[in-house]
Amino acid sequence: MNTLIYTACLGLFGLLAEIFNLRKYLIPIMVLGLAVIFSLNLQTWNHPETHFNGMLTDSNFSTAFSGLAIFIMLIILILAGDFYTSSDDEKHISDYMAILVFTLCGALMMFSYANMAMLFLGIETLSISLYVMAGSRRFEVKSNEAGFKYFLMGSFASAFLLFGIALIFGVTGTFSIDGIGVYMRAHADQLDPLFIVGMLLMIFAMLFKVSAAPFHFWAPDVYEGAPSLITALMSTLVKIAAFAAFYKLLSVCFVFALGKAEIILTVSCAATILIGNLVALTQDNFKRLLAYSGISHAGYMLLAIISLQGSTDSALFLYSTGYAVASLAAFAIAITVFKATGTESISGFNGLGKKNPMLAAGLSMAMLSLAGIPPFAGFFGKYFIFSEAMRNGYQNLVFLAIISSIIGVFYYMKVIVAMYSKQANEFEVKPTFSYQLVIIVCIVLSIFIGIFPGLFTKLL
Amino acid sequence: MLTLILLLIPLIASILVLFLKGESVKWFSFFATIIQLIFTFYVYSVFQNKEAAKSLLAINIEWISSPKINFNIALDGMSLLMVFLSNLLMPLIVLAGFNRTQERSHIFYSLVLLMHFALIGVFVSFDGFLYYIFWELALIPIYFISLNWGGVNRSTVTLKFFIYTLAGSLLMLFGFLFLYWNTNLHSLSWFDLTVNHICSCKQGFLFWMFFIAYAIKIPLIPFHTWQPDTYSTAPTQGTMLLSGIMLKMGLYSLLRWLLPIIPNGVAEYTPIAIALCVIGVVYASVIAIMQTDIKKLFAYSSIAHVGLIAAGIFALNMQGIQGGLVQMLAHGINVVGVFYCADIIINRTGNSNINSLGGIRLLAPRFATYFIIIVLGSVALPLTNSFIGEFMLLFGIFEYNSWAAIMAGLTIILGAVYMLRMYQKVMLGDLNENVTVFEDLKWNEELVLATIAILIFVFGIFPKPILELVEPIATEIFKISFVK
Repeated sequence: MNTLIYTACLGLFGLLAEIFNLRKYLIPIMVLGLAVIFSLNLQTWNHPETHFNGMLTDSNFSTAFSGLAIFIMLIILILAGDFYTSSDDEKHISDYMAILVFTLCGALMMFSYANMAMLFLGIETLSISLYVMAGSRRFEVKSNEAGFKYFLMGSFASAFLLFGIALIFGVTGTFSIDGIGVYMRAHADQLDPLFIVGMLLMIFAMLFKVSAAPFHFWAPDVYEGAPSLITALMSTLVKIAAFAAFYKLLSVCFVFALGKAEIILTVSCAATILIGNLVALTQDNFKRLLAYSGISHAGYMLLAIISLQGSTDSALFLYSTGYAVASLAAFAIAITVFKATGTESISGFNGLGKKNPMLAAGLSMAMLSLAGIPPFAGFFGKYFIFSEAMRNGYQNLVFLAIISSIIGVFYYMKVIVAMYSKQANEFEVKPTFSYQLVIIVCIVLSIFIGIFPGLFTKLL
Repeated sequence: MLTLILLLIPLIASILVLFLKGESVKWFSFFATIIQLIFTFYVYSVFQNKEAAKSLLAINIEWISSPKINFNIALDGMSLLMVFLSNLLMPLIVLAGFNRTQERSHIFYSLVLLMHFALIGVFVSFDGFLYYIFWELALIPIYFISLNWGGVNRSTVTLKFFIYTLAGSLLMLFGFLFLYWNTNLHSLSWFDLTVNHICSCKQGFLFWMFFIAYAIKIPLIPFHTWQPDTYSTAPTQGTMLLSGIMLKMGLYSLLRWLLPIIPNGVAEYTPIAIALCVIGVVYASVIAIMQTDIKKLFAYSSIAHVGLIAAGIFALNMQGIQGGLVQMLAHGINVVGVFYCADIIINRTGNSNINSLGGIRLLAPRFATYFIIIVLGSVALPLTNSFIGEFMLLFGIFEYNSWAAIMAGLTIILGAVYMLRMYQKVMLGDLNENVTVFEDLKWNEELVLATIAILIFVFGIFPKPILELVEPIATEIFKISFVK
């Protein structure tokens, strides 16, 4: 809970920085602040507590995911320093920083909510910040389109969520997730139809937020139009936050009612995996490629959501971590290359293997990790999710997921092939110090998790 | 502990070599592989002492607690044979590159050594998951070797190779996951899986998961289409790695992970597997006869040879398994020699078409001598190393089914046809107008070819030590798999 308060204070400080003319030192201060918050967050480990009359709870689940979220935001802020360099950006830097930190606040609420109201508040805080950030390149049509599209679709989904919460409140008479859980257990064999409808509405809203098929259409356009750094944020932090909230919601409130929704979740999971991987094959734009790859990853994570028992939460956490570090490394490299070449298409990477072998090696490792090839973290995440699903008897889904990861390898390899065997373009590319740091940290983490995945599998 | 050292030497070397530059890269890699080879002989001496061997060679510590995965490495006779083969070929493969200049050679040799590490890992792992990790890890370096240093059209060819083999591996991963949750012990340890078989009703389907993975790697018809292109576009040392050691991974895995773990599934589908192997043997031999590209010819001949080995293994009797093991060693040595000779010819003449070559013997008599020895070795002439292996394999297949043996036996005749015809066209006769200069062997080339030629004769004339090493392993596998 303290984590949330400190993060909110940091965000407010960002807004005030404009008054005190601290623009220059803003990013270092913010990074330092987040680092402190990261270590404070660790203190809640093994100290479960409830705050604000049962609105928020600290648990190991929330601590672990909060830690991951703060880490991601830390990386994003480090990257922001060399990303926002134009004069227009510099004017708004304190706004941007503040909004980014408020995004984190939303995510933290989504990890530790114990009340439907907090869930809704968390999702809205996260989303509204992102609507603004997605459209933050005011003079670019695509950025405007991204912001507007995201806002329209997002508010539509939020309405579904609210309606679902309202129906469930009508049946159970409580907003507290534990209270709803008690109701669900007591009436497991005779659930009120309205309860089921409410649950389904909430599931639909959450499927939208995690960009699962058939609610995924917003993702590629928004990812492509938004500034690259914000795309990185959306494809890591936002996706992970939505999944953690989704997982908590289902495992606490709806676990015995899921029989009614199983077919929906299964079909959605299968469709997400297939659509994500198949459509990604035809993409030329790197950001769109990562958007579709993100959709397919959402499908794999849905597999963890479906097979709710055992240590799926650990598997989900391991997967999220592996996915986040690989994606962040990929985006850090991509942003550097975009800047040097002025294009966001995959052909921009042509010849990178000769131009800058280190960057190319880093991107290769990130791609291999995303494709799920050992010894990188991505492989172990996939392995444990598949293993948990297999344990709970979803063999057919696992088989489908494995077949589509073969398809997935095609498009990740497309990037690697472009870097190593295509004629080089005329450009000079040299990452700045902060980008190098981020790339190295992320790749090392990815390999480290690959060597010691045991640290994560029994974490939660 | 010794096994771990065996595993770590190439890994450490592959990291250290990144910091070197110029010629020292090659020398360093060469010495690392030589040290590894010498160490292998020491391990072999320990292995002979049965009591000491158990404690010195095996390591079994927990890596991940849930789902249970152990870092379980050990050496038994079969692992030792494969480790010996890899460590014997590695110095030759590194030496083969001495008179070639490569861009960014430190990265190239680092990848070669990393590949070595992964290959050793595959051969010593006794936990299914660990084995899978090494199996996949072996793919990454060879992919980048072929992609960065390969020939024409390399990006398409290597991508096909990568996707093809990865597809197979993922099926195997599914098989392992399925095994883990559907056996009582919930363990992927080889020792558990061989005792505690999964219910027969599920073995048929599991057989295909594993079989396809191995059939792609070996490769067997109809999963072979990646192989000829990959062999001819990969840089020579890559081809040597692929054909000499990497495809042995598939054959080794048949014996280690398929036969003992899914015996009923194997018994059920053996007829289909053998049919595929035998068809492959004949088909590949016929195609090899039609080839004019020297590297492709050798690639198809390799498909024919490994098809025969696989057929012998699937015959499911002692002779077949024993012959398979002996032949794996022999084929590894011969195929490396054959591809190296092809590379020497292509490198000097810039031409790989056998019709536009000829008379090289007149210019390079020493090369011609080594080449004929290697050619005779690979057509399995008596007194060369492949003779014993092929004989035992055919004997084993004959016991299973005489018609299959007759078909598979064609490989010896057809093999002689394409190999000797190739030799005649390339080396003998008058000088072709395309070949005007052909420098005879350099010191490193001569060293590589001489070693291979000596090995061909030594194992051909004194096969006893190999047979003695192989017999108890074959007996053990046979016992675990088929004696109830």
